[in-house]
Amino acid sequence: MHDFGAAFGLAFGLVFAADADLLEIIALSLRVSLSALVISCLAGLPLGALVGMSRFRGRSAIVIFLNALMGLPPVVVGLCVYLMLSRAGPLGWMALLYTPGAMIIAQSILITPIVAALSRQVIEDLHNEYAEQFRSLCVPAPTAAGALLWDARYSLLTVALAGFGRAIAEVGAVIIVGGNIDHLTRVMTTAIALETSKGDLALALALGIVLLVLALGVNAAVMGLRMSAARNAYA
Amino acid sequence: MFGKSFLKSAIAVAAASALLAGAAQAETSIIVQSTTSTANSGLYDHLLPRFEQHSGIKVHVVAVGTGQAIGNARNCDGDVLLVHAKPAEEKFVAEGYGVKRSDLMYNDFIIVGPPADPARVGGMKDAAAALRKIADARATFASRGDNSGTHKKEVRLWKASGADPNSASGKWYRETGSGMGATLNAGVGMGAYVMTDRATWIGFANKGDFKILVEGDVNLFNQYGVILVSPAKCPSVKARSGQKFIDWLLGAEGQKAIGGYTLGGKQLFFPNAGKGPS
Repeated sequence: MHDFGAAFGLAFGLVFAADADLLEIIALSLRVSLSALVISCLAGLPLGALVGMSRFRGRSAIVIFLNALMGLPPVVVGLCVYLMLSRAGPLGWMALLYTPGAMIIAQSILITPIVAALSRQVIEDLHNEYAEQFRSLCVPAPTAAGALLWDARYSLLTVALAGFGRAIAEVGAVIIVGGNIDHLTRVMTTAIALETSKGDLALALALGIVLLVLALGVNAAVMGLRMSAARNAYA
Repeated sequence: MFGKSFLKSAIAVAAASALLAGAAQAETSIIVQSTTSTANSGLYDHLLPRFEQHSGIKVHVVAVGTGQAIGNARNCDGDVLLVHAKPAEEKFVAEGYGVKRSDLMYNDFIIVGPPADPARVGGMKDAAAALRKIADARATFASRGDNSGTHKKEVRLWKASGADPNSASGKWYRETGSGMGATLNAGVGMGAYVMTDRATWIGFANKGDFKILVEGDVNLFNQYGVILVSPAKCPSVKARSGQKFIDWLLGAEGQKAIGGYTLGGKQLFFPNAGKGPS
């Protein structure tokens, strides 16, 4: 298993040499997954709040459905997005297939259910605490939702990180709709798949280590932001 | 209401980012739906900069198995098709999806396996006879099983061998359903015989102690062809740029560049435009 040792050496080499190709791939990975995260938060957080706050017939069916969608297989999402965006598909005229835009769409579909389902739980728990007060003060629903989302912001940050983690780590969807085209749609995970298929396992593993460090960096940055925000709140 | 307006803005953001990505794509670029061996072996890294300098046209390669490449091209998701399964290519053209098929270059398939060689096929030339021996010995064989050009060739050779590997699927005959590299990784991992194209094998870095055991049969000939996707079937096809790329590949400069590509001192592809055996 000398591959492990070689991989760490290679990973350090790649990072310290600031290899231009690697930086390009890292930048695209971040651009695609962060865009998908923003879109899925814009859609998923209000949806989660809506379901978390309201009581209606068939609500538990929707909750079960949302929770189940967290397990969407990336390759199925990729296939569906491919069929939609293909020139032969209904949205083919948009010429989006094999572009970063297609990858953002696929990842947004993949992680919106994660953001919605987890935030639904967070908001519901908080709403149980607040409900009586909201009722007594006759707070309108949108204001209440806004208050809940704001008060739950730190928990929701973790929800967002879960979504980001899923997006940055998946390969099944982006390799189908992006096509792993060099200098256009190659991201960290598709590059790892490519090097594995070339039998260059050490380089594949090295890229995996870089990806892990990247995820670590994003999480640390978010945590740092949160801590300084909390400090300011109490200052 | 609250949720709806947010959803709307989310869709707007998605559409905007999508449009931006679409606009960023230059007009003078084409998409080549390709087999994997030409990409994994580094041939495109050698060819494309030369063509791009010559023409100013950027070439984007989507490297998938031949079966998937043809399927994608059928959906008009590419301008040029570069694969290696002549009967399927000719069908593609006959059905009107392709303008014309041209021979581009060739190399050959080989059968690699563990040095212990349990079926004793080392040094054999006759590929079908070697497969027969592997079947008789029930020695593990890893097949692509993905409808790729290599898989189609392998199926034809099994037919010629008279053995029926499908009845042993999951036993000694293991269909990975994956690309060439993944199948080689699996084969090396479980000590199985694998049929592969020579270019992928030479460029493959995880050979372990595997060796080439069977080679040199005329039936192991591996012809690559290139086709322009039909603009009549697919109005989105960038026919002029695509044809320019094909003309360059088939012309003196492209053919010379193909022949000049080596890996570890070995030539991987042999240009034969206009003179391949038909």
